[in-house]
Amino acid sequence: MSMEEFKDRNVGVQNYRMLDLEPNPETGMDKFKQVVKRSVKLELFTGLKVTFREMFNALFRGEMHTTKYPFEKLPISPRYRAIHEMKRLLESGHYRCIGCGLCEKICIANCIRMDTRYDENQRKEVSEYTINFGRCIFCGYCAEVCPELAIVHGGRYETASEQRASYSTFEDMLTPLDQLAQQSEYPGFGAVSADADEKIKKTPLAY
Amino acid sequence: MSKNEITIIIDGKECKTQEGEYILNVARANDIFIPAICYLTRCSPTLACRLCLVEADGKRVYACNAKAKEGMNVTTVSEEIMEERRAIMEVYDVNHPLQCGVCDQHGECELQNYTLELEVDSQSFAIRDTLRETKNWSSVLHYDAGLCIVCERCVTVCKDMIGDSAIKTGKRGGDAVDKAYKETAPKDAYAMWNKLQKSIIVPSNGTEHTNCSDCGECTAVCPVGALTERDFVYKANPWELKETPATCMHCSSGCQIYYETRFDSIDNTEEKIFRVKNEWNYVSLCGAGRFAYDFENRDAKKDPQALKDAVEAIKKAKTIRFNNMITNEEALMLQTLKEKFGVKLYNPYARAYQKFMEHYAKESGHNLYPNDYKEIMQECDFVISIGSKLRNDNPNARYAFNNVQKMNKGSALYFHPVGDKLIPTFGKTVETFEHNPGDEEAVLYLILDLFADKSKLPKAVVDYLSKFHETRKKTIKEKVMKDVVEKVVDKETGEEKEVKKKVPQMVEKEVEYDYNLLVERVGGDAENFNETFEKLNKKKTSYALIAGEDLYYHPNSDNIARLIALIEKCSDMKIVFVPPKGNSMGVSLICDLDDEAEGFTVGYNEPGDYRLSALGDGDIDMPAINQQEGTMVIMNKRVVPTNAALEYNGYELNDIMNELGVGKRLTIDWTEELPLEKGFQKVKFDDLPNHYLNDGTEVRGYELSSINSRAKGTNPRKIDDKTALKSADIAYRSNPQRQFNDFTDKAHQIFEKFALYASPERAKELGEKVEVTINDKCITLDVIEDDRMSGSIVEIPDFISSADVISLFGDSRYAKVTIKRV
Repeated sequence: MSMEEFKDRNVGVQNYRMLDLEPNPETGMDKFKQVVKRSVKLELFTGLKVTFREMFNALFRGEMHTTKYPFEKLPISPRYRAIHEMKRLLESGHYRCIGCGLCEKICIANCIRMDTRYDENQRKEVSEYTINFGRCIFCGYCAEVCPELAIVHGGRYETASEQRASYSTFEDMLTPLDQLAQQSEYPGFGAVSADADEKIKKTPLAY
Repeated sequence: MSKNEITIIIDGKECKTQEGEYILNVARANDIFIPAICYLTRCSPTLACRLCLVEADGKRVYACNAKAKEGMNVTTVSEEIMEERRAIMEVYDVNHPLQCGVCDQHGECELQNYTLELEVDSQSFAIRDTLRETKNWSSVLHYDAGLCIVCERCVTVCKDMIGDSAIKTGKRGGDAVDKAYKETAPKDAYAMWNKLQKSIIVPSNGTEHTNCSDCGECTAVCPVGALTERDFVYKANPWELKETPATCMHCSSGCQIYYETRFDSIDNTEEKIFRVKNEWNYVSLCGAGRFAYDFENRDAKKDPQALKDAVEAIKKAKTIRFNNMITNEEALMLQTLKEKFGVKLYNPYARAYQKFMEHYAKESGHNLYPNDYKEIMQECDFVISIGSKLRNDNPNARYAFNNVQKMNKGSALYFHPVGDKLIPTFGKTVETFEHNPGDEEAVLYLILDLFADKSKLPKAVVDYLSKFHETRKKTIKEKVMKDVVEKVVDKETGEEKEVKKKVPQMVEKEVEYDYNLLVERVGGDAENFNETFEKLNKKKTSYALIAGEDLYYHPNSDNIARLIALIEKCSDMKIVFVPPKGNSMGVSLICDLDDEAEGFTVGYNEPGDYRLSALGDGDIDMPAINQQEGTMVIMNKRVVPTNAALEYNGYELNDIMNELGVGKRLTIDWTEELPLEKGFQKVKFDDLPNHYLNDGTEVRGYELSSINSRAKGTNPRKIDDKTALKSADIAYRSNPQRQFNDFTDKAHQIFEKFALYASPERAKELGEKVEVTINDKCITLDVIEDDRMSGSIVEIPDFISSADVISLFGDSRYAKVTIKRV
């Protein structure tokens, strides 16, 4: 086993690197030169051309593109990866998550954590589960790696919050029991492929 | 045992090895992969999995139990072999629950690994499953029979290494395998399946619970998630734990361990140790090593005022009292304090050993014992243990003692005043002697008498020994065949015939024999000892002596040292000692210890007027062993490093040293300064490795070199008759099996209490609670029955430093006591 990490005792020393930028103009003459340079090139009008064209189309040709969000919402692709949902088993209503910890492990933003324990029924119980949406980058790895199709991405994409860290717990994400009938399978990332039945090999069982 | 160097060829690669080595071990040592599940390196082959099938000189053999022969040509892979192995893995996968997701082994599961390695992607066998219940075998062991593949590694390690033999295979009650498979399945797979369908693992005492030392080695060797530590079940996943290589410091074995850490939980993101792992092929842990890991000093903070007070206290101190739960570096710092400020260093746990080793060095000419435990396990077939309560003092000495019985068809003599019911179960040729405490000189004379080369012994000793021999007469019963004439009537003809017959008859006969008074003195059956010893000594070639802690506390320890030096000189016996618990070897080499404490005392994890403590209860906090870097000297005479597994935010001893102006930048800067004249080397801490190689080579730190001088070899004195304690009530200072110090006691999975331990009969006499008076001091203790003890001597533990039991006992491990029921 490599012992390198145990030998590095310089905890807290950061590696900062300077970007290779043009220096800011300092003297009045330099600032004046910069303004003249930018004005003479007429860069401004290149952009304004597009703006005027679109304004004309919208006002006079009836080609308005604006959706009146939040009153209107565009339909999003089923493959879109928004706020996670936790699914339940349709038959029993029990949560699907088995607490294997794969989502926690694969999460590259390190925003998923779970606590598990040995419960009274000799099963692995997920006692707590959180996702920090302040850190989540919605890469979809958790949904893809989940062996039980328990954690999936939903369609709720409003993730703004008042604080950087915004945690969702297990209960927040689970399908409410009274809406179990409306729970639908997720067709996006990590879903079972359409021809899964043909691909699978059956395990012989003697009963 | 003969050890001839031979060469064999495995898959075209020439491999050098020793005669008698198993092919599998040769392959592993040479980086050739042969799959095997059931084999454990230092135990006997089980032949349960049959995966290690190879071809040796064209014949199919199992690599784990086929011995290498000169010029042997081994092929590890062929089409038939792979077919056989694949079928075996298919059988293992039959009805194995598909719950890898929740299993505590997933990611490091050998069933997963071999299923993938042998490319099992379909299943051609099936059988009706049997309900197998999950059981909690003890306070620490959890067995999920549903996951068990009955490789019997747990059974093997428990028998061959640990010696408890607490588990065995039992009835599963499964269906018989369909005979039709006999045609279609490969031979080995079918045979293995038949056996698998019949068995699961059960406690061998016939109950639901194991009666063992709770070492948890069975959980370590389990290739699947069937046997796990109760505390770890479903708590974390193996692959999210961070491994920190370290050294266990509870006893003097200094086993290599890995602390496995992770954040505690969602609510508490501090790092926490979840479990301890070991390289179970090369090192076996005890219950303290495996379960006593959470003794860290968690909430330590840097309080400058406390540091100032500590500096003042040390300046004022006349004595620093400490124990062996410290690293070599810290010991060196304390020694520096002694040199600079003239404080006394008081460590009663190491002082006796240090004094004894000084005597031994003078007599034998070297300051370390000549052999180590690894040699004993590999080479010896006759071990003698004296002065050590093997079951409690040092688990690895016990494992070596047991391993020799099981692996080398060994014999053993066990001398100890406290009767132990476990030791005789190690083998049929283990003879135990319960001698009087303090009579160890007689035992050593007996060993000289039995094993020393009389021509090398000094004449005085030979003469002295001959005085113990008497010729006595005894009557023995002998079988004699006698001729008897019987009259038999033939049924058909009616004729009477005389038939001569030989009939065995027992005849009493008087014979002369050599009666050894020493055997009688040490509590043996002197009348039949000659025959017993002959049986034990049959075909034995290599002998070992394990000398334990009682000897260091013997009133005539100088004479004991002489006797051991003489045994070493006059016999080819391998000699090892059992150093007292903790880093006693390091402390005794580095520190110049004093006999007594006086004046203002600073206690380091020990009682004192000012206390430095890693337990969190002192005047200033110190890091516990799992929070600091450092080295320790282990009983295989190596200086090994240990790393910090957990964060520590308080001050270290080095900070106090810095305040005093004698410190270094880091604690580990002291590693290079360890005294060269005591056998240490000038090596940086970061250059010390801590791992094992595939062939079992211990690449840990460096080997301590022995300092040689001219051996004095003084003739030993005669047996001192005054030292033997003969009293009704004797107490022995000894800890329960998984307790060594305050730190093991702090751990949440160690349940052994601080109490008086006694054999069941004695415990009944004593009742529930007693008041014990030792050397005019009183201590009140609960009575706990230890069903593996026998005899009347009671044990009083010393693992809680605040109880200061070691001072009660003074310079001895045995004491006459008065016990009063409370």
